[in-house]
Amino acid sequence: MTLQDFMNEAISPWMREEGPDSDIVLSSRIRLARNFVRYSFPILANEKDLQYINEFIYQEYENQSFQDYHDFSFVPIKDLTPVERRVLVEKHLISPHLAERNHASAVLISKNEQVSIMVNEEDHLRIQLYYPGSQLNKALKKVFELDDWLEEKIDYAFDEERGYLTGCPTNVGTGMRASVMMHLPALSWTQQINRMIPAINQLGLVVRGIYGEGSQATGNIFQISNQITLGKSEEDIVEDLQSVVRELIEHERNARNQIMDQSQIRLEDRIYRSYGVLTCSRIIESKEAAKCLSDVRLGIDSGIIEDVPRNILNELMVLTQPGFLQQYAKKTLTPNERDVLRASLIRERMQLEN
Amino acid sequence: MECQECHERPATLHFTQVINGEKTEVYVCEICAKEKGYMNYPEEGYSLHHLLSGLLNSTFESPKSTAGQQTEELQCPKCEMTLSEFKRVGKFGCPDCYETFAANLDPIFRRVHSGNTKHYGKIPARIGGDMRLKKQVDAHKEELQRLIKNEAFEEAATIRDKIKALEEQTRGDDT
Repeated sequence: MTLQDFMNEAISPWMREEGPDSDIVLSSRIRLARNFVRYSFPILANEKDLQYINEFIYQEYENQSFQDYHDFSFVPIKDLTPVERRVLVEKHLISPHLAERNHASAVLISKNEQVSIMVNEEDHLRIQLYYPGSQLNKALKKVFELDDWLEEKIDYAFDEERGYLTGCPTNVGTGMRASVMMHLPALSWTQQINRMIPAINQLGLVVRGIYGEGSQATGNIFQISNQITLGKSEEDIVEDLQSVVRELIEHERNARNQIMDQSQIRLEDRIYRSYGVLTCSRIIESKEAAKCLSDVRLGIDSGIIEDVPRNILNELMVLTQPGFLQQYAKKTLTPNERDVLRASLIRERMQLEN
Repeated sequence: MECQECHERPATLHFTQVINGEKTEVYVCEICAKEKGYMNYPEEGYSLHHLLSGLLNSTFESPKSTAGQQTEELQCPKCEMTLSEFKRVGKFGCPDCYETFAANLDPIFRRVHSGNTKHYGKIPARIGGDMRLKKQVDAHKEELQRLIKNEAFEEAATIRDKIKALEEQTRGDDT
């Protein structure tokens, strides 16, 4: 496995399978924050300690496999170009925060890209595991097994009273952040989502845009995750999140049906216009692309558009991000050049499938 | 009035720009204002961490501090993080900080984690072996109390035996 493999494909191998409710839930993720006992957290650790942890992970886990997660590759962040870092962020394999670090930081990625373990981010380890569709329970079970496997060789900082000790007080306890990525076009159009967000927040859950903290919901994609990590078991947190996800799925389906019943011709018009833009435009901004991709995706889900596979949209969503476009072009591009390349790539992919 | 930038959302903000004495008026929505740079937001925007360091500061300002500014400051022996530094950055320096600042943490955790201060979740499989057993024992003991209260003595006896067996196990494998 080389770095090039992670760079060339816009969608990760695990995304090729369809999970439950994948017309609405794109992916489920569990992230665990873990730290080595007796070592300062990365924000305060000296270079020597950071090196030690980096080296330890490299020595023990490079090329190792665990269950379905084969051939871990160890990728030091400082060896990556800015564009390569951006590509890994766009694929959600590393966080924007890790991408900015120039210290001894790294990421360990399984061959199928389902597991990525960030080394020396805000915590010594951030273990991430993805599943397609709505499969939080399965992801939790798997990430626990992975965590136990890592713990065979690592003494974690753990306290009976406070749980897993983390750099930030907001992660202490379970150190767990569970999240789902959802495509909610009908709830967005009807603005129902705005009314639902405050209620969701009250349950200790957060709604964000596709690239995490502070990002906007582009392409009607929302990330829902838990805020609280202390005082509730991982299973309970996942269950709470799961029930909100079920609720959102139901509301989204109802809203879609309602739009279909009441204004099918308007819906068709919107979807086909977006389809037209994607297949014909010569210059397209990322925001417009995201909006059109969302529309066409809804068109596929509701049976209006039949000859485009849903997977193309997942792929285009990542492929048309600034980092990926530049990786594809093998050079830095101005925003203008990116808009042109984006349009041509989308046209090409849409035609490929017809 | 609709936003001049996106022509979608209503304009909620009104800016007056004066460049070289020339005055221009702009009516935009909040989103476009942010994107087009009419409004200057701090680097990360309004993040939880800003909020958090605010919380920490208000939590630590106890009346005691007025007694004398020169009192010895709490400092972590391992990483040398001081209480005031912790207050400023809102992050711990090392796992030992949790011990060092233990007396000050409950109010913070309570605010950040909806009133919770204690962990109820996974315990590490290897290093937490004894803790796992202890937790089981504690759960059984609670159950025992409940059974005795309900005068379910027969079931209580079985639970009591389970507790005994678990406790022997803890003593048995001293690691």
